[in-house]
Amino acid sequence: MTGSEPTPPPLLAADDLVRSHLSGSTLIPAVRGVSLRIDRGEFVAVTGPSGAGKTTLLHLLGGLLRPDEGELRLDGRRVDRLREAAWARLRRRRYGIVFQSGNLLSDFSVADNIELTAVLAGMSTRTARERRQELLADLGLAHKATAGPGELSGGERQRVALARALVNRPELLLADEPTGNLDSRSTRDVLALLSRYHEQGTTIVLVTHDARAASTADRVVSLFDGRIADDARVEEPPAAWRSATGIRDVIDFGG
Amino acid sequence: MRHQLLALLARQPAYGYQLKQGLEQTFGAAYPQPNIGQIYVTLSRLEKSGLIRGTEVTQEGKPDKKVYEITEKGTEELAGWFEAPTEGPRVRDEFFMKLILAEDTDLADRLTLINNQRRHCINMMRGLNKLAATERGNRTSLLLIEGAVLHLQADLDWLERCQEELI
Ligand SMILES: Nc1ncnc2c1ncn2[C@@H]1O[C@H](COP(=O)(O)OP(=O)(O)O)[C@@H](O)[C@H]1O
Ligand SMILES: [Mg+2]
Repeated sequence: MTGSEPTPPPLLAADDLVRSHLSGSTLIPAVRGVSLRIDRGEFVAVTGPSGAGKTTLLHLLGGLLRPDEGELRLDGRRVDRLREAAWARLRRRRYGIVFQSGNLLSDFSVADNIELTAVLAGMSTRTARERRQELLADLGLAHKATAGPGELSGGERQRVALARALVNRPELLLADEPTGNLDSRSTRDVLALLSRYHEQGTTIVLVTHDARAASTADRVVSLFDGRIADDARVEEPPAAWRSATGIRDVIDFGG
Repeated sequence: MRHQLLALLARQPAYGYQLKQGLEQTFGAAYPQPNIGQIYVTLSRLEKSGLIRGTEVTQEGKPDKKVYEITEKGTEELAGWFEAPTEGPRVRDEFFMKLILAEDTDLADRLTLINNQRRHCINMMRGLNKLAATERGNRTSLLLIEGAVLHLQADLDWLERCQEELI
């Protein structure tokens, strides 16, 4: 025996997850054996073509779908067999989730959508309000606080959904294409916000088709046809590259 | 054209005209084809640098011809080419070469090539993000960076298409 400390279990560990969807009477395989460990504090991007199984995988990791086969552990504890009520509690306490559609309560204002989530989790109304103001300002949406979800563009709805997922400072953020409908500038705001939460310790799993978003993560998992085709750390190019030669490497000036 | 010819010779030894046919068969009409003169010039350079070896073959009633084979040094050179990520603005051309030629050489597989290239693009994107952060406030510079970002995104989308079609 060596004197080394036992390594703590990863925050999330998926072991050979399999999940199909029933469409009419045919089963469509969506995730076909994915094993993945995500350590506390990691920022992982999941990319892949449309239909690769990204959303299904994210839903499995958040307990919104149960696997047909395989195991899922949170802090080393099996969670793939938990009942819905237990999962709901777990998500409220530890997860922030942004759905691809930008899920919001349609009868409440933007401000209430965010603050209610916080208050339901036990935060004081005052803190909830401060956090909401801060998040909306960071996302360039301070002027939309009193608007209803119906008055928002797709991109604005996604950003409000992100604010709602972050207001409780979750340990683990699962976000499904949160920059999918955004222009370049709003994308930058969202990525800056994600990086800041990551620096403060939030573990992030970001499903994205946007290479700029993916390159903000420390690790990129490429899904293909329900399986992991690649899993790689993102590396900083050498500082020397980050000059005009970096551009010249990508764009041909014809000179 | 050096690596294309090396890759064809890694499959089997060949005459110059067979290499021309090989290129035509492999890439089809969408790819600009070198003429036979360019091929012979490239072959003699490859031979001088010891990457291939030519052997004269005597033929009755015809001029002598040379059959070429790849050397160990040539195989190493080719393996290095496959392994390195493709850089520069002509990425798509050269990477596509590797992807197509990898098939019969046993020196590289297509999924590895695609994965390495994707990693390379994402790392470059990371560099561009950093560059954009230092250039904040310089609109001209930021526009140029945005152009590069869009190019890289297009490369990545196309890599995905290659993966869908070839893997
Ligand atoms: N609710 C569903 N019912 C039937 N098929 C589904 C459903 N959700 C996803 N699928 C199918 O499962 C596969 C993976 O889908 P998804 O996980 O949404 O992929 P991605 O998010 O990468 O686009 C696709 O073939 C998709 O058509
Ligand atoms: Mg999806």
